[in-house]
Amino acid sequence: MEVPILKQGYYLIATIQAALTDEDLLKLHYALVEQVGKHRSKGVIIDVTALDIMDSFATRTIRSLAHMIKLRGADTVICGIQPEIAFTMVQLGLTLEGISTALDLEEGLVLLNKNNTKKRKP
Amino acid sequence: MVKTERTRNRVDSDLNISDEATSELLRQLVAHLRENRTQLRQEWARRITESKLLTAMSQDEIFAEATTIYDSYVDALQSGTFEALQTYARDLSERIIPRGVETHEVIGIVLLLRDVLARSLFAKYQHDFGLLNRILDAYEPAANRIANTVAVSFVQERERTIRQQQEAIRELSTPVLQVRDRLLILPIIGVIDPQRARQLTEQLLRGIRTNRAKLVVIDITGVAAMDSNVANHLVQTVEASRLLGASIIVTGLSPEIAQTLVTIGVDLSKMNTVGDLQGGIEEAERQLGLKVIPVSESSIEQIGT
Repeated sequence: MEVPILKQGYYLIATIQAALTDEDLLKLHYALVEQVGKHRSKGVIIDVTALDIMDSFATRTIRSLAHMIKLRGADTVICGIQPEIAFTMVQLGLTLEGISTALDLEEGLVLLNKNNTKKRKP
Repeated sequence: MVKTERTRNRVDSDLNISDEATSELLRQLVAHLRENRTQLRQEWARRITESKLLTAMSQDEIFAEATTIYDSYVDALQSGTFEALQTYARDLSERIIPRGVETHEVIGIVLLLRDVLARSLFAKYQHDFGLLNRILDAYEPAANRIANTVAVSFVQERERTIRQQQEAIRELSTPVLQVRDRLLILPIIGVIDPQRARQLTEQLLRGIRTNRAKLVVIDITGVAAMDSNVANHLVQTVEASRLLGASIIVTGLSPEIAQTLVTIGVDLSKMNTVGDLQGGIEEAERQLGLKVIPVSESSIEQIGT
């Protein structure tokens, strides 16, 4: 199942709507890195609300994705991690270090806006 | 519960259909006990005091309870039904358990009453050994069942109290409270065992989601000691909350806990700690961009008028 990537102003929003195969994840990976350049986006939000599992592969892919997007000049926010999943991830040592997280899409947008205004000011 | 009811009814009916002779003897027995009520009751109360039972209660109280128990006891012997006695025993337990009366005391006094009554029977029927035997045959099973009933009621009541308290503790143990918009506090008091730690985390994460919290202040002033497991769990909770987009401030680490944590080498670099709860809330307000401004005196007067 392909993940739709929506463009919203300066931001890209990718909403994962069902459990993804590893292949789908890699596709999303390439598509996002590609589109960040194409749309000259400032931020990317990956919404994982619908996911009820985050395995090590998914976490690693998302992490490397976030780092790549960073290199392409945009910020990444992961939003909508379920409480149970959050704790399981931490117990497995998958802590998404150095990546911003937010409660839901709305919070994610607020976080990106805040980071961007901070950058522009000085 | 239903099962015990049924068992009791069956035993009762067994008692009821016991042969005429036994019930005749029981009638005799009850009449004897009624006749000597005052004297036997006093004897019993005296022996309770002598054995240093029910020390938590005053002399008068013991005597008053003894009277009621005595009457219920004789009634139970007469009717062969134990409901009234059971209810009374449960009621009595409810009253005396909070005063620190122990199980052995309750069983002790009932057994004492049994012995006192048996002695009086010996005294009365000593001239006729055969009759005494028959009387005791009728008396003993009933008396034992009464002792049993009282003991079981007491223990059941006690267990019920314990269960209730455990329930209450479990509910009280982890309140997640909202103090400002998007700011939660989680005061932890008492010992944290692994089970409680897990429950705590679960409730906190759920609380973050339902209250859409951005910041959580965890106050551990009331935690006396912490081992490496619990400390690691705390760190994991902080990490998990971050994945939900909330940051955590830990406050009130006692010197002992601070020392333990450093000694066992828990990685606390990701934890944001502030000295006390007040400081924690102030820091949280600062991070949320809130500011508490004292109202000037004149405006207080305006509100007052």
